[in-house]
Amino acid sequence: MTTATTSTPNVTGKPAGGNLRFYGVWLIGVIALIVLPMIFSSGGSLTSFSLIGIAIVFALSYNILLGQTGLLSFGHAVHYGLGGFAACHMMNAVTSHGWPVPLPFIPLFGGIGGLVFAMIIGWVMTKRAGTVFAMISLGIGELVASSSLILRSVFGGESGVTTDRTALPKMFGWTFGPQLQVYYLIAFWLVLSAVAMYALTRTPLGRISNAVRDNPERVQFIGYDPHVVRYLAFCFAGFFAGIAGGLAAINFEIANSAYLGAIQSGLVLFSTFIGGTAYFFGPILGAILVTYLQLGLTSVTSVWQLYFGIIFIGIVMFSPGGIAGLVMMHRPLVRAGTLWTVIPSYLVAIVPTAALAFGVILTIETIARYSGGDAINLFGIGFKPTSPVTWISAAVLVVGGAFVARVTWRRIADAWDRAATVARDRGYLA
Amino acid sequence: MTAAIEVRAVEKRFGNVGIIRDLNLCVVPGERHAIIGPNGAGKSTTFNLISGHIKPTSGEVRLNGDLISGLRPFEINRRGLSRSFQVTNVFARMTVWENVRCAVLWATGHRYAFWKNVDSLPEVRERTARILDDIHLTHRRDVPAGLLTYAEQRELEIGITIASGATVVMLDEPTAGMSHAETERAVSLIRRLTEGKTLVIVEHDMSVVFGLADRISVLVYGHIIASGTPEEIRRDPKVKEAYLGEEAH
Ligand SMILES: Nc1ncnc2c1ncn2[C@@H]1O[C@H](COP(=O)(O)OP(=O)(O)O)[C@@H](O)[C@H]1O
Ligand SMILES: [Mg+2]
Repeated sequence: MTTATTSTPNVTGKPAGGNLRFYGVWLIGVIALIVLPMIFSSGGSLTSFSLIGIAIVFALSYNILLGQTGLLSFGHAVHYGLGGFAACHMMNAVTSHGWPVPLPFIPLFGGIGGLVFAMIIGWVMTKRAGTVFAMISLGIGELVASSSLILRSVFGGESGVTTDRTALPKMFGWTFGPQLQVYYLIAFWLVLSAVAMYALTRTPLGRISNAVRDNPERVQFIGYDPHVVRYLAFCFAGFFAGIAGGLAAINFEIANSAYLGAIQSGLVLFSTFIGGTAYFFGPILGAILVTYLQLGLTSVTSVWQLYFGIIFIGIVMFSPGGIAGLVMMHRPLVRAGTLWTVIPSYLVAIVPTAALAFGVILTIETIARYSGGDAINLFGIGFKPTSPVTWISAAVLVVGGAFVARVTWRRIADAWDRAATVARDRGYLA
Repeated sequence: MTAAIEVRAVEKRFGNVGIIRDLNLCVVPGERHAIIGPNGAGKSTTFNLISGHIKPTSGEVRLNGDLISGLRPFEINRRGLSRSFQVTNVFARMTVWENVRCAVLWATGHRYAFWKNVDSLPEVRERTARILDDIHLTHRRDVPAGLLTYAEQRELEIGITIASGATVVMLDEPTAGMSHAETERAVSLIRRLTEGKTLVIVEHDMSVVFGLADRISVLVYGHIIASGTPEEIRRDPKVKEAYLGEEAH
């Protein structure tokens, strides 16, 4: 049976068109980063874009742990924060000693700060995965966050460590005073880090990390020590989180204990999970959405955390693969040409689902503002929290919306089943 | 000649229960050695003891003359011993291709490398492709392992086990749960893939055992009661009494 025909099948990895499309996506990303501030040039947008860039680097670094190696960390902000402090101290040292280090190199020192700490604590932390790792990460997070208030010489106590990014040597004549220049600095490091982190997923270590995530026991029987794999992944995650922290230090010209606290750790977990951990671009979507929500919601409602919680629960329950998972679910349908059969059911579902969401928001805001008595303004419609009309509207929207929405959701499921069956018959779905 | 695997006076207790008692086993390089015995006799536990999955309570295990009892599984694997699992143990979310490729990486010297593109390592690609071809899964290369049929998963299990090119291969009930046709295919696959290697196999199907093995050891209650050629085992009165008697008739 083993004749000449079975020597080595010609398997060249990717089809020829794949490479072009692959580089195309990255190129579009880079061009978008360059032209974005030309289209949206207000100070507010520049600030938002800068924060989003930082959040993306941070979330991608977190996904090295969660999505790629299967490590659930509750203390990832430690590396972000230490990176921020390292960057601030480095900027101040450069200024006071007159070293010839321009600002664009500073995030690297943030990265080194995050990396060094990861190298020190990582070996013990990554000995075990699962709950043990999660609990230790929580403990280390608390430990470092509380130390940051005690060790004043390093962390500057309550007020933190401040710095002046414009005092460093100029590069290409840029002072980095204007937000636009800071934005481009962040965009540059975003591209660099994202490319590096993507490349990491395609190395032997990256693939073995996936194997450790799926089955740490079996990995041991193909020559690998899962502890070493987890440790290396942890160090890389710490490094890139440190870069994100360094970028934040440059952006805000300060590093303080809030950088490395539990809220920051929770936020990156939240962004990464909402975006979807199974795809490289998932955390990017998550970071964009969460940063926008954070900026947008905090200005319109006092209970924005509640909405975060609801979104989080909704994703966990209805789409554990996150936004990226939802998007990629449609790929087999697109290939099989059956996507058009589900779209109408989506469109039908939009109206009752929006009504339900509207009702939920109205209910929450009514409860939140009842005692204060402030008026509610929902998409241009005014409501009084103390008025029975508001209560009835909310109840009708929630109950009626839920009732109708459930019917339309079932129709989506049916349409999906039909489309998926066709896709399966055509061989696009396993 | 030093034995490929030598187990000497190994005991294994789980709590108070002695599962393996005074186990002695010698596997000669290049032979196909079958371990048979009733359910719960300790065959899988023996595999676990040899491959480093669990440590013996006492006694020693040698691989090509070197003491390996007490070493970690990956250290033993790096010395050229590879094993499969009775219950399929693959990387469920990764594709068939990636499952096999992961098993090739250490042996081809790429280890923990984070500076190489895994897709552009010619020897890794060729070896992975060859193994997929060997286990008849080339047409399923991009399917996540968790979505394979049971028989396909068993074949992938064998593929992962032999991918590193280990010289000592241990297969724990590779054909369990397979249909007759699938079993036949798997056996010819095993025969071909372990050509020139040392094979230790746990197998329930007696026609497979007697057709494949050069030597057979019979394990009953954690103790090897007989070891010898298929002919010797067939004639051994102790084996007849303890095991074959009930099975054969
Ligand atoms: N980790 C363990 N802890 C306790 N008992 C075990 C463990 N592993 C195996 N055993 C027991 O050891 C005996 C032998 O199991 P096993 O080696 O799987 O048998 P076989 O493979 O021969 O069917 C069984 O009674 C099983 O319950
Ligand atoms: Mg068994």
